[in-house]
Parts: sequence; C-alpha cells; structure tokens
Amino acid sequence: MAFLSRNPQLNQHGELQHLLTIEGLGAGMVRHILDTAQSFVSVSEREVKKIPLLRGKSIFNLFFEPSTRTRTTFEIAAKRLSADVINLNINASSQSKGETVLDTVDNLAAMQADMFIVRHAQSGAAHFIAGHVAPHIHVVNAGDGRHAHPTQGLLDMYTIRHYKQEFHNLRVAIVGDVLHSRVARSQIHALTTLGVPEVRVIAPKTLLPAQVERMGVQVYHDMAQGLKDVDVVIMLRLQNERMRGALLPSAQEYFKSYGLTQDKLALAKSDAIVMHPGPMNRGVEIDSDVADGNQSVILPQVTFGIAVRMAVMSILAGSKQ
Amino acid sequence: MQLPDAEKLAQTMAQQLGPYLNANSALVGMHTGGVWLAERIHALLGKDIPLGTLDVSFYRDDFNQSGLHAEVAPSDIPFDVTGRDIILVDDVLYTGRSVRAAMNELFDYGRPSSIMLAVLVDRGGRELPISSQVTGAVLALAPDQNIQLNRDPQGRLSLSLRQITA
Repeated sequence: MAFLSRNPQLNQHGELQHLLTIEGLGAGMVRHILDTAQSFVSVSEREVKKIPLLRGKSIFNLFFEPSTRTRTTFEIAAKRLSADVINLNINASSQSKGETVLDTVDNLAAMQADMFIVRHAQSGAAHFIAGHVAPHIHVVNAGDGRHAHPTQGLLDMYTIRHYKQEFHNLRVAIVGDVLHSRVARSQIHALTTLGVPEVRVIAPKTLLPAQVERMGVQVYHDMAQGLKDVDVVIMLRLQNERMRGALLPSAQEYFKSYGLTQDKLALAKSDAIVMHPGPMNRGVEIDSDVADGNQSVILPQVTFGIAVRMAVMSILAGSKQ
Repeated sequence: MQLPDAEKLAQTMAQQLGPYLNANSALVGMHTGGVWLAERIHALLGKDIPLGTLDVSFYRDDFNQSGLHAEVAPSDIPFDVTGRDIILVDDVLYTGRSVRAAMNELFDYGRPSSIMLAVLVDRGGRELPISSQVTGAVLALAPDQNIQLNRDPQGRLSLSLRQITA
C-alpha cells in the first residue's frame, strides 16, 4: 500500500509540503532549511524587515494549547514574509462550544487558508490535520503533545551551527525532563540526523522514556559525569505539574541534582554554549548566573527562531501541488 | 557560436564604468555570476568602492510557479544604501525580471540616489522596460539557449552556452 511507505510530509516530487516532525527528513533537507534560514537572518537586520514572498497568503495560527513565544515568533515570521496572519486561541472559542478539530479546520479552509500552524496537547494532531486538508494547504507542527516540536529542534540546530560551525565533532548533552518533552525528541532526531557523534541525555530515571537509548543517545543520571567535556548543554524546562505527579520529590531537590550552576557548567568544555527552549524556571533547572552568563545563547535562540520559521514557511509555500 | 572572452569583457566594462564613478558609488553584484563579475570589476577598478551582494530569490515574481530556489545565498549590503549611486552588476540580462527584483530588494535597504545597470551579456528577450548602461557584449540567442558565466578554481571567468532540453 503506497500511502504506508510514503512520508506524509513530502509531496510526490519529494518536496516538503508539511513540517510535522524532523524524524525521517534526511540530513539534506535539514541542511537546506538551515541554509535558507541563514538568508533570512540578514533580512531581519535590515531597515525594512519584510520581503514580499508570501504576499496574499493567509496563515492561521491554530493554537489549541497556550503559547507565547512560539506563537509570537511564528506571527512575526509570517508578517516578515508579507503573509496575512490570523491568530486563533481555540480553547477560548469553538472547542468550548463543542466543534470538532476537523470542523474548525474545514471552516478556516473555507476562508481561503493557505497554511496552518498547529499547536495541540495531543500527539499526532498536526499529522491528523495534514492528512485531512486539501493539497494546496500546508501544515506546520508547532508542538503536539509529547511527540514533536520540529521548528524548535531546527532553530536549536541553527543556533548550534552558528556557534560551533559543524556537527560531526560535537558532544551534546540534553538535561532534564526528556520524558514529557517534545522538544527533546525533535532535538535528538535532528542531532543524530546531522551526524552528531555523541548525544547524551542526563535525567533521573523517572524523567526518561523507556528505552530512550534506542534513539541513539547515551544515558546519564549524574550531572558531573554527563556534562564532562561537552560542547553544548541543552536544558529542558521542568514542568511544575510533574512535582504533583510524584515523579520528583521537590523543586529544591531537583535543582540540587540537575539544576545547571556555574560549578557544574565548569565541567563542560570551556567554550561550551548553554541553550534552553524557554520558558525558563530560574532556580529549578537553571541558575540565574548561568542563564544570564556569557556562555548562554538563550536569547539568540529566540532571534534565530524567527529566521528558521520564515525558512520553513517559504519552503512549504513554494512546494508544488 | 564563438563566445566572447569574459575576462576581456570585464576589462572593457571596468573602463566604461570609470567616468560614472564618484565618492558615493557602490557596486552590487547579483548572485551568482553577477557577484563574480562585480568582484572582478572591483579589483580592476582598484578603487576603494564599497561592494555588496544580492540574492534576489526572496523577490522573484515566479515564487508561486517555481517556489524557492534550491540554493539561496544571504544578501550582504555592508553600507548604507540611502543616498548612494549604485552600480548593479549581473552576468546576463534577459527578461529583466531579476533586475526588477534586485531594485525592489535594494529599496528595502534604503533610498539610493541612483541605480545603473552593468551587464556582461545582453541577450535580448526583454519582458520589462529595463536596459543596461554598461554592456560587455550583445548576443542574439534563441529561447532554448542558455548562456552562463563560470569561474574556474583559479578565478578565471568564462562564458558557456548550453542547449535547454525540454
């Protein structure tokens, strides 16, 4: 059955029609997105930070789950491409009146939507919508459950390449709540796709998915061992609700074992960079001294995120029907 | 067809550009061939003129038909465009659509005092009211012929002709 072997993100010409996950994209496509993003960085540094590429296109930010940074950077990216952007906070409207996701999507498609940026608490929501829409409509996954957050993974790769140039000689550590993190999954897929030889995850057993090593990572439970000689430290947000789920004793105890302090960071390479997808919990997973320190590239990540999202949207919109 | 020597054409162009230059001049090459040509002319002029590069992929009028070009290079304009007399440099002038795109992009950097166009080869076939002020050579080519500028590892420029197969 042909549809089973087909990558649902690609059209019959092998072009990217939707961006749902980094898994299975291939190094060539990931590099193409990063290279294209590089051209968009220079657009953001000009007097007129706008290009006419998506003039006349309507992009719907379809957020079934709250988000500030991701929604805002998608909105800025779309506006810099001259698209019309419509933000929908679904929780507050249709769904509370009982409309199904596909009915919402159909209604917006009837309003001549060209692209949906989808954030949903359910894993697979963006896939589901991509399988339903007409061929001229593009879908970008802006985070689905625990599954994937591909543009975050891509902007992290852009950031790493910006500071470290290459991937083939890096040691990267991802620290924290990998179990609930769609960001970590996208990062791991991107790092292994781009040929990073050593990806480490550092977390207590309760915050790691079963058989995580099958994703091609090395597992550490101790920060001192895991951070030794790494080039990149990626901290994950610890969601406070995990404390209630009895996965962790307390925020203070977590910080003591897994919070990133200057002392722990000193075990990494002296030129190691510190990343965080945000929003940060200062004093829980990261110390303020580190978050604001000279090895932190957390704010540049946000800036690069705009260029990466501009690249993704223009590559999708430019694919053949 | 005997193609002209690109190196000699570049020298002629540099001589022709001489009288146009002033303290406000800046060279801008269009990716990819135009950048090579602008760099060569810049070296031949031997003057302290700012040099920039443009990739017009984001301003092309065929995005809805063809999508984004496979390889987009960053535009780099390391000077203030406002008030400048810009010399836009490209290898081949054909429909004029790339030049229109380049002018649109330049205006998003600022308001130049003037823009003139210098091309290595004018192959005819214009679809827009655009013409070059400095022209290396005029060649009459058929629509199924594709002329392009090449640069070898030693940095030597040459022209080549290719038949487009449908």
